[in-house]
Amino acid sequence: MSELLRLDNVACIRGDRLLFENLSFALGRGDALWLRGPNGAGKSSLIRLVAGLLRPAAGTVERRERIALIDEASALDTELPLRRALDFWARVDTVDGHTVDRAMDEMALAPLAEVPVSMLSTGQRKRAAIVRVIASGAPIWLLDEPANGMDDAAQARLVAAIAKHRSNGGAVLLASHFALGIPDLAELDMGALA
Amino acid sequence: MTALIALFWRDLRRAWGSGALWLPVLFFLLVATAFPFAVGPDAPLLRRAGGGMVWVAALLAALLPIDRLVRPDRDAGVLDQLAVRGFADEVVAAVKIAAHAIGFGLPLMIALFPASALLAQDGERVELLATGIAIAIPALASLAVLSAALTANHKGGSAIGGLLVLPLAVPMLIFGAGMLDPSGRGAIKLLAATSLLLTMIGPFAAGAALRGLRE
Repeated sequence: MSELLRLDNVACIRGDRLLFENLSFALGRGDALWLRGPNGAGKSSLIRLVAGLLRPAAGTVERRERIALIDEASALDTELPLRRALDFWARVDTVDGHTVDRAMDEMALAPLAEVPVSMLSTGQRKRAAIVRVIASGAPIWLLDEPANGMDDAAQARLVAAIAKHRSNGGAVLLASHFALGIPDLAELDMGALA
Repeated sequence: MTALIALFWRDLRRAWGSGALWLPVLFFLLVATAFPFAVGPDAPLLRRAGGGMVWVAALLAALLPIDRLVRPDRDAGVLDQLAVRGFADEVVAAVKIAAHAIGFGLPLMIALFPASALLAQDGERVELLATGIAIAIPALASLAVLSAALTANHKGGSAIGGLLVLPLAVPMLIFGAGMLDPSGRGAIKLLAATSLLLTMIGPFAAGAALRGLRE
């Protein structure tokens, strides 16, 4: 039983509003947890809290491994060709070009390598963000609405990437307002916490 | 370390890409060109007042690009991604300051020579101006990144940014322009001390401001 991530009695306040309190869960190797609930339930806030971008109002968040995050911003330089934009993050994460190649193949983005990021569609940018997450090699994936704007084929590739990551001993925390069809998925209904 | 170098080159590439390299330089030369028209072609007067004008123009040129130093990175999620990877905000700020110091400082030093000629500065004064501005560039970059980080949450923040850091830049203007005065021989040491202080404070103050952007 090796835990990658543990939350103990975490509370989150945004503005004057208490989004949730006494929230506890742990993710081990191979685990995946789906955060569901209506808009404004605090799914994104919980993801940012786990990522360390927000401080919990109470409780503790323990991260035992590196983290990779997808949120609404792609963090890719729009003026660069896709491959060079991804290469910047590969250098930051100190991974080599082959890792990026393989991740691009996984999301079927290899044909778009020379296209400037500004020319990509929403779904293609999401796929590029997933390439960044795969290539980073981080064991903990935090995915905030990763399938927004994706077509069915891309969603299937995302589900396959998640399955592969879990079988390699990674953990996934997924915030999404719809189920992606991921097998063996634990659920946490954020709407029921408020 | 590889990551920090990648970050530095990215900032430099974005500063110099799309012709933005010439923006502060053109602005700087524009001021130097306009000033003689405004005060008239009296060479002794130009020589006396021109040195101070160079300093004012250099300060404003440093603050010119603050709109694109932090805000685009915040909006694109780049700052969040760096924070997730465990980079301290102070380190990110220090890299941004270094990239801005090179990105705008290098072209500024080159533009200094034609600008000095336009303002009737003689050889000795050009030397003093070049030395002084070279000393001040890290501090100017520090102030620019600090104000960019402080105003990244506000639309049209660059105007406020200028007002925010102007008081901090005043000592550098006084000592920098004071170097040109024949009686101001100690001014260069005071300028260096001021520049060192601002350069040291910069990464910590700007880092705290970057952290504040996430709340």
